[in-house]
Amino acid sequence: MASTSDNGVLLETRGLTKRYPGVLALDGVDFTLKAGEVHVLFGENGAGKSTLISILAGVQLPTSGEVRFAGAPVTLDSVRAARKLGISAVFQEFSLVPTLTVAQNLFLGDEPRRHGFLDRAAMKRGARQLLGQLDFPIDPNATVAFLPRAEQQMVEIAKAFRSELSVLILDEPTASLTERETRRLFALVEKFKAAGVAIVYISHRMQEIRRIGDRVTVLRDGRRIGTVDARSTDEDRLIEMMTGRPITEIYPPITWSPGEPLLEIRDLTTAGGEVRGASMQVRRHEVVGIAGLVGSGKSELMRAAFGLLRAQSGSVHFRGREMTNARPRQLLEAGMFYLPPDRKEEGLILSHSSNANMSLPALRRYPLRRALGLLSNMARNQLSEATARKVQLAFKNLGRPVAHLSGGNQQKVLFAKGLVHEVDLFVYDEPTVGVDMGTRSALYALVKELCETSSGVVVVSSDLPEILHLCHRVYVMRRGRLVAELQGEAIRESNVLQHFFGEDRTA
Amino acid sequence: MSELTTARQPEEGEEAQPARRPADLLRALFVRLGVLPFLLVAALVMFTLLSDQFLTVQNLVNLLRQSVYLILVSLGQMLALVTGGFDLSVGTIQAVTSVVSARAMSSLAAGAPEAVWLPVLAGCLAGILAGMAVGVVNGIGVAYVGVTPFIMTLGVQSIGFGVALFLTGGVPVSGMPAAFSDTFGFGTLLGVPVPILITVACVFGFWVLLDRTALGNYFHAVGGNPKATLLSGISNRQVLMMAYLLCAGMAALAGLLLTARVDSGEANIGGTVALESIAACVIGGVSLRGGLGRVENVVLGAIFIGLVQNGMNLAEVGSYLQMVVLGTLLIIAVISDQLRLRYFTRA
Repeated sequence: MASTSDNGVLLETRGLTKRYPGVLALDGVDFTLKAGEVHVLFGENGAGKSTLISILAGVQLPTSGEVRFAGAPVTLDSVRAARKLGISAVFQEFSLVPTLTVAQNLFLGDEPRRHGFLDRAAMKRGARQLLGQLDFPIDPNATVAFLPRAEQQMVEIAKAFRSELSVLILDEPTASLTERETRRLFALVEKFKAAGVAIVYISHRMQEIRRIGDRVTVLRDGRRIGTVDARSTDEDRLIEMMTGRPITEIYPPITWSPGEPLLEIRDLTTAGGEVRGASMQVRRHEVVGIAGLVGSGKSELMRAAFGLLRAQSGSVHFRGREMTNARPRQLLEAGMFYLPPDRKEEGLILSHSSNANMSLPALRRYPLRRALGLLSNMARNQLSEATARKVQLAFKNLGRPVAHLSGGNQQKVLFAKGLVHEVDLFVYDEPTVGVDMGTRSALYALVKELCETSSGVVVVSSDLPEILHLCHRVYVMRRGRLVAELQGEAIRESNVLQHFFGEDRTA
Repeated sequence: MSELTTARQPEEGEEAQPARRPADLLRALFVRLGVLPFLLVAALVMFTLLSDQFLTVQNLVNLLRQSVYLILVSLGQMLALVTGGFDLSVGTIQAVTSVVSARAMSSLAAGAPEAVWLPVLAGCLAGILAGMAVGVVNGIGVAYVGVTPFIMTLGVQSIGFGVALFLTGGVPVSGMPAAFSDTFGFGTLLGVPVPILITVACVFGFWVLLDRTALGNYFHAVGGNPKATLLSGISNRQVLMMAYLLCAGMAALAGLLLTARVDSGEANIGGTVALESIAACVIGGVSLRGGLGRVENVVLGAIFIGLVQNGMNLAEVGSYLQMVVLGTLLIIAVISDQLRLRYFTRA
């Protein structure tokens, strides 16, 4: 255990600034971390949380300002240097090598050796001990790529516990853990806390912040807005600090006047068994939510409807026509738009401009396509600008490669792709994953407008408030089956959760 | 905002696992071993049927002796592939080694005719060093400057070939001490040809390197996820540098042994070896995306290519058609690599 200075401060930053070309990611941040506390970092995407922890973990150096450890200034110029002081980080994006085994990953860069050769027995023993100590039931010889996501996350966490710890940095560690695994992690955090380890914890989940946090530091636009007590500060205050504006309605009330049926799914079972015997319906002018845990088949149900997964039995009707196992292109032409959950993986061409991404679905049609199949660039720019206005995307972003945009703006571009041609049904799969509050409210306003003026909307979401506050009707899925349909007053948190877990509810 | 977001569905333990069909078994075997066992069986059956000389002890020993050069290069090539790149310049490295070692040997032998081993050893050393110098250039370009391995090694391939031709004027170099060819080309120890012994030692060395040392792990790690490797406090640059250096070293060694076999220094000694070594690796289950590859499978892959060439020779398949077959095999191997990776990540 490293010694702390008089007031219990173990790690401290003074005037920490990080400048990237064109962006000030951190702007003179003073941050103190005490031994034995869980210090939550809170802020929108792009507020500087990731930059701050990557500097603390030795991944990058600050442009100016200093980091002090146990009262003395230190230079954290490598992950190794940080780890020597006992500073270890669990990053959000998986930093595991998928082709190596669990044991190899756990000891990567710090392998036990004997006479210069790997001591594989010691490595396996150490891995087993480490995993056992954390109570993670994972085989150290398993190849990481074969593990489910939650177990990969556990390996990631175990990696940080490998060495003698003084500071533990956790970046949204519970994102893919079950309630039970989360409790196990929290018990561990408590244990380390009691041993005097300082913990930096990034999370967006209010419940978690209150459950294990001691202090909360709110960042906005690279600046520290304030540090408050985690238990006595209420949710609204935190969101106000984070967004910098008073809480208005984030979820706008949407008028419900269901029209003719658009999508009808009857007794659908997918070839892979992800969805079994599901029947549902979506009408014009309504927002229908599909909720469920990861792996419940909620996303797969819509992917099957859009022709991305093969249906083995059952049928899909769209606007009165049977379109079971139709191709995505046919469904697009018929007026269905599917927004994929992973914008980087499936949604956007990252190296292309926003303009190019947005207009891609419209290239085959007039007004972009003119005589002889030639494209009109003027029409294209006009279309992009008109669409950008609808999703509240600043025009200056139109010419820039999507890869350079913030997560929120990327999501706006993805939404825009559905607005460049006639669409009757919008299916949004995880529409606000990893976007900031400002983008969220802009996108919700768009959903409201689309629903009230022209279309039907399906929202597939793991974000419960989104399901509770945005949807008129909610289907709940569990293990591939549709287990409940809720409407109006029945859409309550307790109700939805009960159906998530069913009889075998463990939470 | 989101107090209850993504949590994983509890695993379904209560459902009975469906019985394994033979197709599933084959697929599991394919994911584990790659396409090689299937190709090997097919080739063995086919050539045995086509020629009755194929499945004889004498031919199989001959096949092994012919395969050692490709095995050596493929071992090195594997390192480049495992780190997520490849080395197109292995042929050039062989050429440079061949020309430089022959030149050094013949001029030293001419200067001091009574000393036999000095020129041989000095020539070998000069050749290996010259070949590894090419590897250093590759390593600097790929690891430190950040040129993509394709362009870097393609460029170096042309440069090295030009240098080798320039050094010899396109004429084979001769006049080396007879001991060189007698020992490293045709010599035997305890009845086993020397090139085979050297290769066995190298294979063992590579197995130890990749399976039993940290550096071996790092080759896989850099290819599997460079960012994770960097975050684990490993210098990706040093690891890449070592990969290209060792790759060049193996190609140089193969070039030296080939020079001894043909008893002359030739600039065009490694004409198709880049293609063949990449094919051997990929057929042996090395992923083109990096991070996957095992020594024993690569050795088998190289032997497989030798076997196909040997079998086609016995079956009197013309050399033009052999090129067609080799190219086809490479493409089949790459397609199977993609299939396998898809199963791998989905399994």
